[in-house]
Amino acid sequence: MTNETLSQYANLGVYSAMSVFTIAMITFAIDLAGSAPTVSTSAVSSDVSDLPRPRKAAGVAMMLTRLGGLLLIAAVAMRGLSVHRPPLGNMFEFALVGCMFVVVAFVAISLRRDVRWLGLFVIGPVLLTLGLAITVFYTDASELLPSLKSVWLVIHVTVATFSVALFTIAFSVTILHLVQTWLESQDPQGMSRLRTIVNTALPPARSLDRTAYGIHVVAFPLWTFTLIAGAIWAEQAWGHYWNWDPKEVWTFVIWVVYAAYLHARATTGWTPRAANYIALAGYGCILVNYMVVNIFFVGQHSYSGM
Amino acid sequence: MDTRPDESDVTQPTLGPVGMMRWGWRQLTSMRTALFLLLLLAIGAVPGSIWPQRNIDAGRVADYLASHRSTGPWLDRLGFFDVYSSSWFAAIYLLLFVSLVGCVVPRSKIHWRAMRAQPPRAPRRLERLPEHGEIEVDGAPEDVLRVALGVLHAKRVLGRHSGLRRWRIRAADQPEPDGHSDGRSSDGLWLSAECGYLRETGNLVFHAALIVVIVAVAVGHLFGWRGDRILVTGKSFSNTISAYDTFDPGPWVNTEGLSPFTVAVDKLDVTFEERAGGAQRGAPRDFTAYTRTQTSPQAPQVNQILKVNGPLKFGGASVFLLGNGYAPVITVRDAGGHVLLREATPFLPQDANYRSVGAVKVSAASPKQLGFFGFFLPSEYLDKDAGPSSFFPDLKNPALALGVYEGELYPQGRPQSVYTLSTEKMTQLKNAKGEPLRLLLKPGQTAQLPDGRGSITLDSVQRWAGLSIRYDPGKVLALGGAVAALLGLIASLMIRRRRVFVRVRPVGRRTVVSIGGLAKGEDPGLGATIEDLLSAIAERTGTKV
Repeated sequence: MTNETLSQYANLGVYSAMSVFTIAMITFAIDLAGSAPTVSTSAVSSDVSDLPRPRKAAGVAMMLTRLGGLLLIAAVAMRGLSVHRPPLGNMFEFALVGCMFVVVAFVAISLRRDVRWLGLFVIGPVLLTLGLAITVFYTDASELLPSLKSVWLVIHVTVATFSVALFTIAFSVTILHLVQTWLESQDPQGMSRLRTIVNTALPPARSLDRTAYGIHVVAFPLWTFTLIAGAIWAEQAWGHYWNWDPKEVWTFVIWVVYAAYLHARATTGWTPRAANYIALAGYGCILVNYMVVNIFFVGQHSYSGM
Repeated sequence: MDTRPDESDVTQPTLGPVGMMRWGWRQLTSMRTALFLLLLLAIGAVPGSIWPQRNIDAGRVADYLASHRSTGPWLDRLGFFDVYSSSWFAAIYLLLFVSLVGCVVPRSKIHWRAMRAQPPRAPRRLERLPEHGEIEVDGAPEDVLRVALGVLHAKRVLGRHSGLRRWRIRAADQPEPDGHSDGRSSDGLWLSAECGYLRETGNLVFHAALIVVIVAVAVGHLFGWRGDRILVTGKSFSNTISAYDTFDPGPWVNTEGLSPFTVAVDKLDVTFEERAGGAQRGAPRDFTAYTRTQTSPQAPQVNQILKVNGPLKFGGASVFLLGNGYAPVITVRDAGGHVLLREATPFLPQDANYRSVGAVKVSAASPKQLGFFGFFLPSEYLDKDAGPSSFFPDLKNPALALGVYEGELYPQGRPQSVYTLSTEKMTQLKNAKGEPLRLLLKPGQTAQLPDGRGSITLDSVQRWAGLSIRYDPGKVLALGGAVAALLGLIASLMIRRRRVFVRVRPVGRRTVVSIGGLAKGEDPGLGATIEDLLSAIAERTGTKV
């Protein structure tokens, strides 16, 4: 039993969220572009928030982000109501809920510290994912396969999606860290205008690295939990907690790669930068797990709905 | 430029066999090697998701080998179709296992000592530590130090960075563990405090728990078993090896001692998606089996419902509903009308619409044995290219499409699948036009076989439940290990190991409190904690800041 009207409203919610995010993204970009080094030309600028630069655009962008987040929450709720179940049954719904978690996590982080510099690099990927979701991954609202009708769907998939959302934010910050490390190694006098803007707009590399590490440290135990919850569910549904199904393999690979990242951070002789490359590889595995495994590999997790 | 002395002048220390082994062990248990092995494990696991695996789907492996005649055998030799039981994959995880043990054991010893040791003496110059703060307060140095002690002892220090934290504290007037007491005249008044020992405890628990998980997997592999059985509704089966279609025991399983439970499936309810269109149409929606079970032949019968996410449990063994299909009830008679065979014959579904293949083997037919081979179609239609096909998985237009063979069913008595016919010693019957004879039967219909060979009737259609019975004695241990690993991981990532040192010195009638902090790893909150401590001391000494 599905409610077609409600699922149409859910799609409408996604489209409105996308329009709001588009404006938010542009406003974030305007804000960053305005951070030309009028105050200090030094490459090692202090925290951006200390600069007495008025940041009206960033404020507007944050408001729009929250508005878009609310629209997305509404869309997810309506999608769930239209099918009378948690909206975690196919790739379209994962993408939707994942984007919602990214925005919610970003807004939550923004309440505790100044992350306006990150907005563009969070909302951009969200917008891209939503666009892909509503066009390529779109699946009509429908009931679930019997093997998915379990309380573990909510536990396992919600936590998985949430930790992927955190890994996504951490990925953006890690990329920015690499960019900033590179910029900081440049001669500040000979830098082009664009590089100077990026260099001043972002926090110092060390701070970026610490932020990325902090997010990874939260996401990794959540992913570990995902792995365990998935094994418990597999035991109930298929009779074996671990069967080396392609999805299980990749979940395991992701876990091992991020474990290697944390390990590398504690290993003498490995710089944070080298460890960060492992984290990027980990995110690459997440993308493979979501896009390639669901669609192209044959296994018991074939639920893409496509 | 090479500034090293000429190597020929240096007597190189030689490593004996023991030294070599010690060197090898150090290499294996080093963090770098562990990291390398971790990355190798990740890479090594990937091929198992790309190429079909024998333990999951042997049929797809055979298909792959048939269509890749040049590369296939090489991949097979390298173990790419049995990645997770291949020797190279085992080599990676066994080395990792050894590395894990070699890391956990010595670190546990060190940590055990550290847990019982006192924090180190306060350094003389606290301002050289990574975090440092100073404040001038009212009161004599001895009193201020006592206040600082009180502040550290109070579990809950003001401020959000402190939270619930128990400091282990050592004061200057306490003697050294070796009995030597440091005179405060030489060293001033100080306190040192350390917290967050649980960080290392958590880290060790995490690594030790991973070892437990690996052991649990091994236990499951050695002592566990799985069996599969296709059970037509109305029938029952008991848990003995002979009752299984396939039985796969671990190497150390006592196959005589299986628990003697019985399962009968009375009815199987199946629902498929009828409303939605596109890819979702015909998708399964619900499977429910109504069963009667007995834990032993003497035990009372119990009615139980078996669903996809709800297995039946018998002690350690669980019964899962993993498949379903159709079993047409077929009667074969001879020319005189005598029943040669009457049986519900399970057919195996081949696609999402349950186009199913199966065979009926009539060994009682004479003078030649008869064999029927073909398809059962729950919703039959004739496809131009594929022949008889099914458009929906439920029974909307059930039909049986069969070809007929006669001859020897079991040449040389070789074992063969019950779902296919071995036609090497058989010939296919032809119709009057000389084309292969094809029968299409709807429920209740009877077809006469040519030349007085008798008849075949499709009486009705039943369903079968694909049951998978599994026993894994390691799974509880694996779960316990995994949960312990998660808790240890959270502790090791979230808890901060910190050292805080306090020194007081008199300035006139007031006292300068100096606090220095040191943390293991990244600790952005340490500075704030020191500020909290200082302001708490100021507050308790009644100093206005």
